[in-house]
Amino acid sequence: MADMNIQVTQHTVPKKKAGPWAQTWRRFSRDKAALVGAVLLGIVILLAVLAPFLPLDDPNAVNLAKRLQPPGTDGHLLGTDELGRDMLSRLIWGGRISVSIGFFAVGIAVVFGTILGLIAGYFQKFFDTVIMRFMDILMAFPYVLLAISIIAALGPGLINTMIAVSVVGIPYYARIVRGSTLTFREMEFVMAERAIGASHFHIIFWHILPNCLPPLIVAVSLDVGWMILAASGMSFLGLGAQPPLAEWGVMLSEGRKFIRMAPHVSLLPGLALFCVVLAMNLIGDGLRDALDPKTKV
Amino acid sequence: MEKLLEVKGLKTYFPIKKGVLGKKEEYVKAVDDVSFYLKEGETLGLVGESGCGKSTTGRSILQLVKPTAGEIIYQGQDLMKKNFREMREVRRDLQMIFQDPYSSLNVRMTIRNILLEPMRIHGLYTPKEREERVKDLLEMVGLRREHADRYPHEFSGGQRQRIGIARALTLQPKLIIADEPVSALDVSIQAQVLNLMQDLQEKFGLTYLFIAHDLSVVKHFSTRVGVMYLGRIVELADKKSLYNSPKHPYTESLLSAVPVLDPDYKKERIILSGDVPNPKNPPQGCAFHTRCASCMEICKSERPPLKELAPNHLVACHLY
Repeated sequence: MADMNIQVTQHTVPKKKAGPWAQTWRRFSRDKAALVGAVLLGIVILLAVLAPFLPLDDPNAVNLAKRLQPPGTDGHLLGTDELGRDMLSRLIWGGRISVSIGFFAVGIAVVFGTILGLIAGYFQKFFDTVIMRFMDILMAFPYVLLAISIIAALGPGLINTMIAVSVVGIPYYARIVRGSTLTFREMEFVMAERAIGASHFHIIFWHILPNCLPPLIVAVSLDVGWMILAASGMSFLGLGAQPPLAEWGVMLSEGRKFIRMAPHVSLLPGLALFCVVLAMNLIGDGLRDALDPKTKV
Repeated sequence: MEKLLEVKGLKTYFPIKKGVLGKKEEYVKAVDDVSFYLKEGETLGLVGESGCGKSTTGRSILQLVKPTAGEIIYQGQDLMKKNFREMREVRRDLQMIFQDPYSSLNVRMTIRNILLEPMRIHGLYTPKEREERVKDLLEMVGLRREHADRYPHEFSGGQRQRIGIARALTLQPKLIIADEPVSALDVSIQAQVLNLMQDLQEKFGLTYLFIAHDLSVVKHFSTRVGVMYLGRIVELADKKSLYNSPKHPYTESLLSAVPVLDPDYKKERIILSGDVPNPKNPPQGCAFHTRCASCMEICKSERPPLKELAPNHLVACHLY
């Protein structure tokens, strides 16, 4: 009888297929819009990384004789700003700061939000109540107000802006992760792990966390754009990066005064922001489709 | 034969919070004073309708759900008194097979990793031996060694259940609690999986606590059968005496619902009136008295104890 069982099952498994992550990647790479986003983001990141090695002017070199030159001027491909600084150089150096703020702020928010969400969702009861009520309080504040008040407490500056923006993001991640944790902790494979004798730590990090990643990845990709915007917004308000630092928000804010005479000074950093945020959103949408459980085999 | 596991007066209550501050507490008595034992090498079937507490009983034994009271004695040690570390040692001997083969395997792990988990957690064998063991296990349950590199979604329900069985066998357990292991499978696949479980039992001298709601499956599989109703065992007997001469009215009605493969066979179906009472608020006295055809006055007030009618035939009913 046992031999017969073996015979029956041997023919029914199809040829080797890729794992869930590989399948996600395959679906993602077929999504044209997402690829456009990825290429766009790739260019921005490449430029930002290579900035020190590119033949660019010093982004802070002032040349008052050549103020507010329009794009296409000799030696200044994208013109100059109100202090005669090269726009192209400032854009690329500014991208370094703006984009990295976005990623770091999301990174901080994800790490803390995930840990809090996992604890709340897995242990429930006391932890859940305390953590999630605190997250509710954070969410109840208008986010700009919250960020401004954190900066007000810590003092203006680049690092503090990053912290402020990421604190605003923590509750969202905590919620996403808690939600998935609640689903997965009740599943039988978690019960099986406990029957084997796995510790809570092991179950949380090796079994629940990997299953929470898909919605988290989507949220991250959509949020990086938002965080870049928020950080630039803070800089625009004069709370984040301080002039003369080349940062897109600062550049926008400074260029605003000359918007009638030389629109390119504010338009260009605005366009750069727009492109990066658009790229992140396209990638996020693509990832969401690729990770969607409904299309999963 | 020796008693491998003995459960005495097991109670598992789940609190329900009421009110804004969670002050008032009520309990769902999922398992209410259940006692039985398992002899080495036998299969005890545990049957009952949905929500009667059979799965909770299984989970309570493994301390996956914290029981409220009672004793669970495995080889002379009370599992209720063990801490996490001590319990981990015992878990090598006590394993579980789950009901839903789709949720019992982590979809983000390969079969190899799923089977390596128990050995990693218990720090058994060298890496090389572990690899060998994974392959042996796969062949033992009727899969192929190459399947180790695949993911759960590439397998059918029956094959997934085989993987679940392989995982339970990894630590070479003595007792396996099978929580409705075939109820999620096709009838044709059910037979295959049951036969596999029986072969493994012979091969390794396993003891099964077989939880199911399908009486025919239990009859095929068990040596003794316990019938549960609303968190209590109402009848516990050898397979033969239970199926041939059921004593408890509830067992009688359950057995009368089993289809018989004979178109000319006429039998009286005992159709129960009403629904299963809410376990949050079970009836006073005998839990079954609200639906029992032979209900007496005493049934409404006094809870019948589990009495031994004949050797190995226990019934909790005032009729006897």
